Amino acid sequence: MSKITSQSTSTERPKKARPSASPSNPTPATGSALSIRPVRRGDLNAVIEMDAMVTGLEKRDYWSSLYRRYADAVATGQHFLVATISDKVVGFVIGEVRDWEFGSPPCGWVFAIDVRPDARLSGTATALLHAICQGFRKAGVSKVRTLLSRENTLILSFFRSQGMMIGPFIPLEMDLEP
Amino acid sequence: MKLQQNTRLALFSLLEFASDPERQIPAAEIAQKYQVSSHHLAKVLAELSRVGMVQSVRGVGGGYRFTGNARRLTLMDVISRFEDVLPAENSQREETPVGQALASVLSEIDEIAKASMSSITLATMLRIIERQQIGPEA
Repeated sequence: MSKITSQSTSTERPKKARPSASPSNPTPATGSALSIRPVRRGDLNAVIEMDAMVTGLEKRDYWSSLYRRYADAVATGQHFLVATISDKVVGFVIGEVRDWEFGSPPCGWVFAIDVRPDARLSGTATALLHAICQGFRKAGVSKVRTLLSRENTLILSFFRSQGMMIGPFIPLEMDLEP
Repeated sequence: MKLQQNTRLALFSLLEFASDPERQIPAAEIAQKYQVSSHHLAKVLAELSRVGMVQSVRGVGGGYRFTGNARRLTLMDVISRFEDVLPAENSQREETPVGQALASVLSEIDEIAKASMSSITLATMLRIIERQQIGPEA
């Protein structure tokens, strides 16, 4: 399975404060060892390593920036959760609630989810997705969206298997003339 | 997007088999359920058997059973066995600007359809079917 990552088209933050969401209580996928909790600074190296392992590119500044924005930001609808097995980080998910972007009522956006290659096919990504969706529910939204390349059929299949369908929005783009 | 009859039959059959992989289902049972001729269905099942998606079991109580991986086998894997899934028109072959523009838009639609078909596995289809049977109020 290749990297499970999707990227939204906008980086704007939600504009309203939201009720806090506590760490979720996912169904363990590999026995009782799997747990999901908000990211901690000490997890960052493992997240960076995991991303580099899958993409072949270490993006330390990018992940440090995400950590600063998302750690301890549950109150504003932002979630950066990690999955651990025996205290080892094996996956993460990042997303946030966005209000009225693209004319849409507030909804949750998942824009990155990844699981270590050696921890895949055991339900970790499913548990991560369920956990962040629980956070979105607590924030009062009832819809979750993501965006990814249509070439990425494997990851599309993952989200499809979770019940996601094509939404009412169509992404558009064009080349900018120099 | 409209699927040919053989393709639809292949998908109907595979979803029947995949919903109960331990069971050997007679072709006649599927033919009756979907109101198609057994002869027509037999050709479709022969192709599915040839590519290893189902296995034919002969004798009393025989039939077909699913031998694929429902979590990996996508709609496109099945569709591509029965119809041409390459873009119908290539804008390079269109001689007029209007023809090229139209081919470009149709190609865009084809790409989205292919992405959908390539990302939905039989297991996902079975879940969609289950949800539809339960209904939106459940």
